Amino acid sequence: MSDLTLSVQPRRSLSLHNKKVRGIFYQVLLAGSLLALALGIGIQTTSNMRARGIPLSFGFWNEAAGFDINQTLISYDTLSTYGQAFWVGVVNTLYVSLLAILLATLLGFVVGIARLSQNWIVAKVATSYVEVIRNIPLLLQLLFWYNAVLKPLPAPKSSIEIPGGIYLNNRGLIIPEIQLHPGAGLVDLAFAAAIFFCIVFCFYAKRAQRRTGRQLPVLLVSLATLIGFPLVIFLAAGEPVSFIRPQLHGFNFQGGHQLYPEFAALLIGLSVYTGSYIAEIVRGGVQAVAKGQTEAAYALGFSPGKTLRLVVVPQALRIIIPPLTSQYLNLTKNSSLAVFVGYPDLVQIFAGTVLNQTGAAVQVMAITLAVYLAISIVTSLAMNAFNRHFAIVER
Amino acid sequence: MTDQSLRPPIVNLALMPAMAPPADVRPSPLTWIKRNLFSTPFSGALTICFVLLAVWLLHQVLSFAILNAVWSGGREACRANPEGACWPFIAQKFDYLRYGAYPISERWRVDLTQAIGAILIAWLLWTKAPRRKLAAMLFFVFYPVAAFVLLRGVALLHLPVIDTMLWGGLLITLLMSIVGIVFSLPIGILLALGRRSDLPIVKAVCLTFIEVVRGVPFITVLFMANFMMPLFVPDYLTPDRLLRPLIAIALFSSAYMAEVVRAGLQAIPKGQYEAAKALGISYFDMMRLIVLPQALTIVIPSIVSTFIGLFKDTTLVAIVGIADFLKAVETARVDPSWAGPTISSTGYLFAGLVYWGFCFGMSRYSQSMERQLARGHKS
Repeated sequence: MSDLTLSVQPRRSLSLHNKKVRGIFYQVLLAGSLLALALGIGIQTTSNMRARGIPLSFGFWNEAAGFDINQTLISYDTLSTYGQAFWVGVVNTLYVSLLAILLATLLGFVVGIARLSQNWIVAKVATSYVEVIRNIPLLLQLLFWYNAVLKPLPAPKSSIEIPGGIYLNNRGLIIPEIQLHPGAGLVDLAFAAAIFFCIVFCFYAKRAQRRTGRQLPVLLVSLATLIGFPLVIFLAAGEPVSFIRPQLHGFNFQGGHQLYPEFAALLIGLSVYTGSYIAEIVRGGVQAVAKGQTEAAYALGFSPGKTLRLVVVPQALRIIIPPLTSQYLNLTKNSSLAVFVGYPDLVQIFAGTVLNQTGAAVQVMAITLAVYLAISIVTSLAMNAFNRHFAIVER
Repeated sequence: MTDQSLRPPIVNLALMPAMAPPADVRPSPLTWIKRNLFSTPFSGALTICFVLLAVWLLHQVLSFAILNAVWSGGREACRANPEGACWPFIAQKFDYLRYGAYPISERWRVDLTQAIGAILIAWLLWTKAPRRKLAAMLFFVFYPVAAFVLLRGVALLHLPVIDTMLWGGLLITLLMSIVGIVFSLPIGILLALGRRSDLPIVKAVCLTFIEVVRGVPFITVLFMANFMMPLFVPDYLTPDRLLRPLIAIALFSSAYMAEVVRAGLQAIPKGQYEAAKALGISYFDMMRLIVLPQALTIVIPSIVSTFIGLFKDTTLVAIVGIADFLKAVETARVDPSWAGPTISSTGYLFAGLVYWGFCFGMSRYSQSMERQLARGHKS
């Protein structure tokens, strides 16, 4: 019989049949071609920009912008620099996004819970809302709110007057301006004290319940303190607040705060659109909580409301929060549609007006992308930290 | 054993006749209403509020769109009626909304392209159709070429070249979505495979691309394509004004598609990979023959959802001056010769119906697919 042992020798050749060599070869090829592409684009872009007289530096940052922005939260005028215009854009984007996130979350939770309602008509109305809104492009909805709802409102002269000195017209919603007089600080202090009291009371109530099993009326007491105590101080200090009512002067209103239709359209559009997605997430999350949990809570004598609040929602939140965050990010990105209705957000001011005036396309776009990326990275990091904290600890 | 017949029967062996259920649980319209609409006082109050809301909304929509609408006549009839929609406006603008300014004599080419596309898509989506591989081949390879030849035209084939400036309306919207899906699926698969690769550089490149593109708004990607692409290349290579947003949409949606495909790849049991490797199948054959067919089938619903998002996102190309369907509606809406109180609302209503029809149809397909897949996995 011949010898059956095979001579097994690992292949050590430097040929492409070696898996390791092949991997390195492919990667070098990829990295090389990407580098070459980047280099080529870099050289071509600089030469193109020089040929077209486009600035290559970030020097425009400190030049006077020379255009006005009608809605700003930080100080800005025509003498301000492009850099300041950029910050106005960033703040406006964050402002409208945060407000819309708040509204969309409220709307989404209400609709999501309503879709699961035992009540047939409530569930059907909620379902119709979700099915209609989700299947229509956000841009169409924004244009509808802006051009078909808010713009056809009457001119300032024939404004719709709402009791309390509020006016609604095609320039927006004008509300009285609050003016503070000396002594208003006391009311703030009273409010802070009320909040502090509420927190202490909450802890006390919890401990009392643990000890005796008795539930104290936390909500009622908190509400009464939060409203009552500042009100008492307010009256005692001699009502240190007055309102400046908007007055019609010529073609427009003077005084008062103005909520512009561009802002309103964007806010409504974003909240309604994202609300429909959040509703679906909430519904999915609540449905994912095992039915036995609800049944056990009922068996223990919990009311449906308490079952939802104390048993189902805390468990559903774990499932809801990750997709909810991605909706928040989507909303923030979608706020860039402001450019279509003329709300001065980052894209409209910076990637629009500033880019057109300076021509510095590469720098402006790089900064704009960096801002959105920073927002999404910060949110993801916060999200991951949250997930770690709330993830179910398994044995 | 004891003889049972000796015992007196203490059990009634004959079945009792079934009794009707008690009145309050008897299935009748009234109990249904009681249980589903008025189970508690709060529920009853909600029912009344929501019925009023629903009736009011339905009444508003129906009276605007149908009951008070102008169905025939011209501008004057519409101007005289500030209560209802102006459908003659849509009828007159219909061709513009479909083709934009595409020359009238050549519009059959658009129709033909769209018809071929519709047939191929139906073939692909109908899971029981024969030879779906051939359909995929045709759709992803043959169709883009055919569509390019038909829509743009090739002088050699006696099809006059139509400048992309003239394209518009639904043609652009469909073109953008189809190009998006045709290119994003293959690129997305490559990116997803790259992201799961063991090779660190390949992984880093794919990961960076996917996360960067997913982290920025589509508008900024369009801006980049429009303003920066001409700077990136020599003058003679500058892409056509329609090609730039097309490239943007293909890259943008491929990042999203990559994540969808990755979810599918992760769902495939590890044993499948290991079995393939044990049999000595090469990486590409393993992916092509074993992993991807399973992974892609699982994620069909997600692919359709991504496609719905892509379809809705095509409206944004208006920002770089492309006259898509929504932009065509906007242009038609402000036509001074049709100026009237309800023209804007009519235009938006029509656009809403069209977009809703497409998206709702697709989402229904995706849901039925999901059910079908769930059944398949149970058995």
